Amino acid sequence: MPTLTIDGIEVTVEPGSTVLQACEQIGIEIPRFCYHDRLEIAGNCRMCLVEMERSPKPIASCAMPAADGQVISTNTPQVKKDRNGVMEFLLINHPLDCPICDQGGECDLQDQAMAYGHDRSRFDENKRAVTDKDLGPLISTHMTRCIHCTRCIRFLTDVAGVAELGAMGRGEHMEIGTFVEQALTSELSGNIIDVCPVGALNSKPYAYSARSWELEHTESIDVHDAVGSNIRVDARGQEVMRVLPRLHEDINEEWISDKTRFANDGLRLGRLDTPYVRGKDGKLVPANWDDALDVVAKRLKAAGGEKIAAIAGDMACAESMMALKDLFDGLGSPNIDCRQDGAALGDSARAGYLFNTTIAGIEDADVCLLVGTNPRWEAPLINARLRKRFMRGGFKVYSVGPELDLTFPAENLGAGPETLAAMANHKAAKELAKAAKGMIIVGQGALARSDGAAVLAAARTIAEDWGWVSDDWNGFNVLHTAAARVAGLDLGLLPGKGGRDVAGIKAAAASGDIEVVYLLGADEIDRGDLGDAFVIYQGHHGDAGAQGADAILPGAAYTEKDATWVNTEGRVQLGRRAVFPPGKAREDWAIVRALSGVMGSALPYDNLDALRARMEKAAPHFADVDDVPYAKWGAFGKAGKVDKAAFKSPIDDFYMTDAICRASETMAKCSLEILGSGEQATGTDG
Amino acid sequence: MLADKDRIFTNLYGTEDFGLKAARARGDWDGTKDLLAKGRDWIVDEVKASGLRGRGGAGFPAGVKWSFMPKESDGRPSYLVVNADEGEPGTCKDRDMLRHDPHKLVEGCLVAGFSMNAVAAYIYIRGEFFREAEALQAAIDQAYEAGLIGKDSCGSGYAFDVFLHRGAGAYICGEEMALIESLEGKKGQPRLKPPFPAGSGVWGCPTTVNNVETIAVAPTILRRGGAWFAGFGRENNTGTKVFCISGHVNAPCNVEEEMSIPLKELIETHAGGVRGGWDNLLAVIPGGSSTPMIPKSVCDTVLMDFDALKEAKSGLGTAAVIVMDKSTDLVRAIARLSKFYMHESCGQCTPCREGTGWMWRVMERMATGEADVEEIDLLLDVTYQVDGHTICALGDGAAWPIQGLIRHFRPELEERLLADKLAPQKAAE
Repeated sequence: MPTLTIDGIEVTVEPGSTVLQACEQIGIEIPRFCYHDRLEIAGNCRMCLVEMERSPKPIASCAMPAADGQVISTNTPQVKKDRNGVMEFLLINHPLDCPICDQGGECDLQDQAMAYGHDRSRFDENKRAVTDKDLGPLISTHMTRCIHCTRCIRFLTDVAGVAELGAMGRGEHMEIGTFVEQALTSELSGNIIDVCPVGALNSKPYAYSARSWELEHTESIDVHDAVGSNIRVDARGQEVMRVLPRLHEDINEEWISDKTRFANDGLRLGRLDTPYVRGKDGKLVPANWDDALDVVAKRLKAAGGEKIAAIAGDMACAESMMALKDLFDGLGSPNIDCRQDGAALGDSARAGYLFNTTIAGIEDADVCLLVGTNPRWEAPLINARLRKRFMRGGFKVYSVGPELDLTFPAENLGAGPETLAAMANHKAAKELAKAAKGMIIVGQGALARSDGAAVLAAARTIAEDWGWVSDDWNGFNVLHTAAARVAGLDLGLLPGKGGRDVAGIKAAAASGDIEVVYLLGADEIDRGDLGDAFVIYQGHHGDAGAQGADAILPGAAYTEKDATWVNTEGRVQLGRRAVFPPGKAREDWAIVRALSGVMGSALPYDNLDALRARMEKAAPHFADVDDVPYAKWGAFGKAGKVDKAAFKSPIDDFYMTDAICRASETMAKCSLEILGSGEQATGTDG
Repeated sequence: MLADKDRIFTNLYGTEDFGLKAARARGDWDGTKDLLAKGRDWIVDEVKASGLRGRGGAGFPAGVKWSFMPKESDGRPSYLVVNADEGEPGTCKDRDMLRHDPHKLVEGCLVAGFSMNAVAAYIYIRGEFFREAEALQAAIDQAYEAGLIGKDSCGSGYAFDVFLHRGAGAYICGEEMALIESLEGKKGQPRLKPPFPAGSGVWGCPTTVNNVETIAVAPTILRRGGAWFAGFGRENNTGTKVFCISGHVNAPCNVEEEMSIPLKELIETHAGGVRGGWDNLLAVIPGGSSTPMIPKSVCDTVLMDFDALKEAKSGLGTAAVIVMDKSTDLVRAIARLSKFYMHESCGQCTPCREGTGWMWRVMERMATGEADVEEIDLLLDVTYQVDGHTICALGDGAAWPIQGLIRHFRPELEERLLADKLAPQKAAE
């Protein structure tokens, strides 16, 4: 381990560290623009210059490897002068339009100019102006502000894996751009807004709508996929203005997907802000809470235990699911399910429905077999982690399912479950079986099918046969797409004894055996499948689920409630309320609790703490927030005959996966402009 | 004056054919197998003993550089890269070697490559050198055909390839790290050092990048002995060197001469003297456009070698002597160089990207007399803010000519700027 002296302080650092990292280790802050912890080193901004003994020139500390015996000075007049000089160069062609710049107030250039800038300019020439680029519906550009740090290029090339940005031209005519104008196609493109140290790349939907200092920050958890990305919700008054990533090394590092970041306008559009009850003329009529709960309670009571059913949706929080389960248990109904898509999961061991390797654990794996999943769309950050592992080398990815473009090569072994069942004899099997730390990722596209249980069993067999499950390594992974799913399975929102699952509920509702169906944010259920049953919809958006409902109870979106989420790894995380639900909408668990009161069998908790205590009783790991408790290996799946049909990813359109996205104008634009999905639908253009 | 018998580049002027037969008659490829048979260490030691310093401008001892290459491969192959991207204004020595004496370079590639256990040499030639590339490729083909290089080079059992790669005409690609990037097919931008090429160069493999002249003189040094080469010039500045003399001289030329020859003697003996006589001399840029100019007073006595010119606050660079007589508008001349550096800056790092444009604009206004006298200090300050703060030496090269101008001709500069300001006033009087 190299030991060096910085400003007279001796410091020993990890081998492979840079001088800049060594400085940080002892609390010396080095200004920088191009350097970013998670990106390749570029060394081009020259802001981090320090003096090194025996070096005639100042050195870029971000790029200089820390070595034994180095003597570094960071606080000499010469260093200050060097940095002042670089700062002056950065500013001569910068427009200094901070008052109208969205980055103002959170701009690295602004901050560091306070320390290293002059109070006036010596530059008498004309400033450079650069044409703005059109990077699609998400990112606005003000290229005149660009300081050419190339962080955006490096992020897209290295982390996101789409080399769509580059530097064109040279000298002072160097410009960042896409060469041929096009929208960025990465699902992670929004992160270049965060890495941009100036106001050159900004959020297009957020443009000119708020100043950073007006916003209230709330630390929360994302629900657009099952990754559980840590986010910061920035709100002004009662509106969520933007969503930013929050550092979590084991989950999203400091990135988030574009859906997480940009779907926030969906939170204000198409909302259910008052209860509705379907009137005699068949139209939904606004109602007050008392009336609506009264109607719902009467219907549930009248039908009775066997003839009522509940389905929890993909964005339901653990609290509301717990309350719903307790309510239905109380009513004597075993017909409850949290698996809208009918995935064959949750029948036994917990390890059978978790991402056991963990997201951070991917970095230790040496081979990966994808089964019926497209992680790039189902969990962009898990895909980014796979790519990170791939870029380090010595990592091969195989896939059974559709042909994939994951930003790194994945060898396709076959299309469907037959390949999986015969995996042991496959020509790639030898290579896979050799791996000490192999991992298999089973997607919902492989499980939400009639042969799902057999596929799950086949996947388990593979993992066991190839020694990918041991005491210190579990390579068996289920990749969920729904933020609610793992919590639902943990809390037992599964058909009870003699109960019906989603398919069963649909069939029974169609035949009249089930008279009342309670949809807790379940938007993927076709109303036509539910026959004449009375449908209660509790949720936050007037999406598919609400359309056909007979009674609507307006709930809270994820930014509007304190709620617990469990991600695909089985990690319990707490989301926090950033704004209040609109209008008469209420927090979801409180609605269920209120309903139970109206029905005369009040649930035994009337605050969040009591409810969470109840959850801990049902599933003790809910007490361990932000922990991935060891999930015991056991039997799951059901060996059986598999279909011929090929696996298919459950996501057809990355930008349109849940009620919030579908309400979002930004996501609609992405879907149209990036994926071109609207074009066939209209058929009128051109 | 260097005797004809001691010249290495005996066909510098193209009086004879460049082909293999003629090259052999001039002594090239003579006993190359025996040179290789003496072993790697012998070659490196002999080059070290010759005192040969890199001829591309920086003057790093060639033998020492070669000795940095790994002795044993860790699985990665080693490469020799020859920098034939000669683009420094005023410099045209490699060009003549390439078109008239290419076999010297090809043979040099083999012996230098052998000494560093390289599997191949990549010659990166400037895109504009079209005929030169043709001649060099022909020489390479002839050498392959004659079995001098290839699977069994000169019958020594050593496998060695030589590839020619044509650049696309960017000055920055003559910088060794940018050259490596460009060779790999990327945008020509200098990489950060460390790692140095000997550790990680082309495609991440150990690489040595040398100038054409450095490599081309190696076989002759080995044949005639390091001591012979070290016998020319002063200590630490040994050998013969091809000088390029251009500008206001009566007979501009390339000439091979002994190192440490006095500048005056060089110009008067080989270039027919300064136009209008030595006293008509104003200043000389001694080592290609990026070295600071020296005024006549210095030119009178200065020796043409690395150390003497460094002492005179300039540099030998590529030994491209640009002579300017008293008819020269030095400010316009340097402003033109500033424009060149602005145009050729790769744009990667801040001081060079922003500073070269700023310097040119101020220089341009100085040339037309629009600038204020106070701006001289501003300009000088800007040059020091660029100099030494960049990834590669292009920033330094852009700053130095201006520093040289202000260092030696500040009074003239001030006079011009004041004269232009006072002209209307004088006219009114």
